[in-house]
Amino acid sequence: MSFLHFTILLPFIAAIVVPFIYRSFNHKIHTGWFVVLVPVFIFINLLLQIPSISNGENILISMPWIPSLEINFDIYMDGLALMFGLIISGIGALVVIYSIFYMDKNREALHNFYIYLLLFMGAMLGLVSSDNVFVLYTLWELTSVSSFLLIAYWYERKKSREGALKAMIITVFGGLAMLAGLILLVMITDTYSLREMIANVDLIQESALFIPALLLILLGAFTKSAQFPFSIWLPDAMEAPTPVSAYLHSATMVKAGIYLVARMTPIFGGSATWFWLVVGIGVITLFYGSVRAIRQTDLKALLAFSTISQLGLIMSLLGVGSAAFYFNPGESQQLYAFALFAAIFHLFNHSTFKGALFMVVGIIDHETGTRDIRRLGGLLSIMPITFTIALIGSLSMAGLPPFNGFLSKEMFFTGMLQASEVDMFSLEWLANGCPILAWIASIFTFIYCMILLVRPFLGTFKPDRLPKEKVHEAPIGMLIPPIILGSLVVLIFFFPNILGQYILNPAIASIVPDLEKPFKITAWHGFGPELYMTIGVIVLGLLLFVSIKKWNIAFRVLPENLNLNYLYSSSLENMEKRSVSFTNRYMTGSIRHYLIYIFVFVFSVLALALITLNAIDFDFSNYAYVTIYDVGILLAMIVAALTTLFTRNRITAIVSLGAVGYLVVMLFVIFRAPDLALTQMVVETATTALFLLCFYHLPKLGKKVEKVKFKLTNLIVSILVGVTVTILTLVATGHKLFTPITEFFENAYELAGAKNIVNAILVDFRGFDTMLEIAVLFIAGIGVYTLIKLRSKGSDTDEAETE
Amino acid sequence: MFDILMILSLVILTCAVLLNIFRVVKGPSSADRVQALDSIGINLIAGIAIFSVYMNTHAFFELILLIGILSFIGTIAFARFIERGVVIERKR
Repeated sequence: MSFLHFTILLPFIAAIVVPFIYRSFNHKIHTGWFVVLVPVFIFINLLLQIPSISNGENILISMPWIPSLEINFDIYMDGLALMFGLIISGIGALVVIYSIFYMDKNREALHNFYIYLLLFMGAMLGLVSSDNVFVLYTLWELTSVSSFLLIAYWYERKKSREGALKAMIITVFGGLAMLAGLILLVMITDTYSLREMIANVDLIQESALFIPALLLILLGAFTKSAQFPFSIWLPDAMEAPTPVSAYLHSATMVKAGIYLVARMTPIFGGSATWFWLVVGIGVITLFYGSVRAIRQTDLKALLAFSTISQLGLIMSLLGVGSAAFYFNPGESQQLYAFALFAAIFHLFNHSTFKGALFMVVGIIDHETGTRDIRRLGGLLSIMPITFTIALIGSLSMAGLPPFNGFLSKEMFFTGMLQASEVDMFSLEWLANGCPILAWIASIFTFIYCMILLVRPFLGTFKPDRLPKEKVHEAPIGMLIPPIILGSLVVLIFFFPNILGQYILNPAIASIVPDLEKPFKITAWHGFGPELYMTIGVIVLGLLLFVSIKKWNIAFRVLPENLNLNYLYSSSLENMEKRSVSFTNRYMTGSIRHYLIYIFVFVFSVLALALITLNAIDFDFSNYAYVTIYDVGILLAMIVAALTTLFTRNRITAIVSLGAVGYLVVMLFVIFRAPDLALTQMVVETATTALFLLCFYHLPKLGKKVEKVKFKLTNLIVSILVGVTVTILTLVATGHKLFTPITEFFENAYELAGAKNIVNAILVDFRGFDTMLEIAVLFIAGIGVYTLIKLRSKGSDTDEAETE
Repeated sequence: MFDILMILSLVILTCAVLLNIFRVVKGPSSADRVQALDSIGINLIAGIAIFSVYMNTHAFFELILLIGILSFIGTIAFARFIERGVVIERKR
């Protein structure tokens, strides 16, 4: 175990320690102060890796886990993993600091909270740095589970539980699909290592399993990253505490899917399916999220939909960038790889400003008691610092200078315009639609950013509509993390190339290793179409925002049922109803039906086996001659059996059943089996006596003698079973595959000193069976005894009640 | 000659059993049926004895004894049942 392994596994170790710390120190110091050391430590350690990784020296360290299956915890730290690691640990540290002031140390179950959070952090760190696909999957599921726990942190609330359940179902569904995809990849390449898969990319692209693997892995990525139509879990996940929303559902977990797509781009990039799926779904998600965000009245729901929309933006850029793998190193590869660069850059930017915005919303919620924009207003003079951060964050999200969102938005337009120039995958009309749709989505993004900024902070202050009486600025500790993030937003705008050189370009290099030259970010690149598009977004966005009340009514025309949530819940309901009704249809509770299933199954399996194996082949040559006694006893048995079936009288049935038994005794006699005949005789007598006993004790009502009802199904099933078994017996006795071992038992006198072979077999050669049959009789006897005894004790009250 | 004699007596016994069965089916009262069943048992004893002679074995003699005992016990049990309504009386 190397130091890097220790760094990545540290959150898990810390999660074990947290409850002890909580118990001994929490009444004095908030547990969060201890927890914050973990992400800070990891962040510093990862910062120390920057110099070597930006020089292209990637780190690969292996730690055996299940060596016999070649499943090892291999850490592969390259630019992409490092960038994600920095985001996870950096924002993790800020979120923990924020949560110290957000979560009350006396009222909240902090040990639970920090354990879940640390589990999530460790899983996420391991996920991005793992080279082994199965370790990646394990940690992927651990992020789902810890996210489930965190969303349902306030488990007494119904909405929390529902949100957690929904997130769990959707992400685990996607996770399982991804596992299948990863297994397909392993089958193709015969390696568990992501790096070796990328090295064997030709093998994968020629394989017939290429498309299934692609679709399954994309399904996993899309569900995790809340892409259309799997985005529905994210708004419901907003029931989690705000630090969780800020951390998981804006900065880290939802980017696991983005990470997966970026990691897999060298494998699948260059194929038309990947390109169109990722670009198409990304653009649709971008559009859908931004339009839905406008309608929200809850600030966190608004941010959730904006997250969905921004994730769609990043996803579509990754899709455009995947075209880089279609070309050989050169000018056009550089061109498309620029879209990848934009994606990575926006991913980083989004983590900063969205984290800050969530914290701002958390502050508003914490200080005013509500997140409803209809009740908020005029907070500008009361919370100036919070407003400043909100201003920075939302203008950055809208893509305005001088914030980092502006840079990545311009690069996004560049990428989208490139997508329309793609001439390799035909489909020109679709390619032209992408930038237009993206541009309209940007206008909507601008509008909801304005809503986020204007509605809570400007306008009139309405203290009577707020749950809390004294509204004031948040404590300084709660403001520090968003201030750090906000200043990052501004700093990245002014010095984007420091970030570009040390973090973003190595990340790109780990996706596209053979780039010609590293990228540079420029805030100003002439009067290009991107600039006009940005200006158009601002102008149109402002116009639409001012007139929002006039056209917002248009949304009400749309039926309420036409949303994905309704579809999801109704399909869940339907599935439950259908499966219940299906189960009720065949699980009738009637033994007759179950017997029919069993018999039909047995006979159809036997008949099918006989027919398909071509086994119906009678061979009567070995049969003995039939004597007159055999025929006579057989006829008598048939008569007795038919009497049992067709009699109206129950006692006749019992007696004729006894007759069948005694006729069997006669059969044993003429087939020379004296021991069997003896036993059969006694047993048959006892059974008949017991039957008569049962008959005598039937309740008065049931003693009414009735004819057995005729049912056609019963007849058909019984005839089919009888015929099948008869054929099977005839076929089986006609073919002796090997000589019987009776000769051995004929040595009974020499081996066992017994003249009676049957008894020698029972007690000597195969005595074990006899012992167990004695045990069966013993158990049956005890069973009967207890049934009678326990019943007679308890029945006094029972019968008195029922009668 | 001896074989034919044996078979002939078996056939006669079978006829006796069949006639007894007629009484079992028809018999107006339970007592008639019990009587008939008892005599079927005795006929069976005779049948098995003849069969043993015919097959030249003494392996089935125990069976003869057993049938005798069982038919005795069965008849006694039925008689008690008809007389007193129960087969085994409980000591109070």
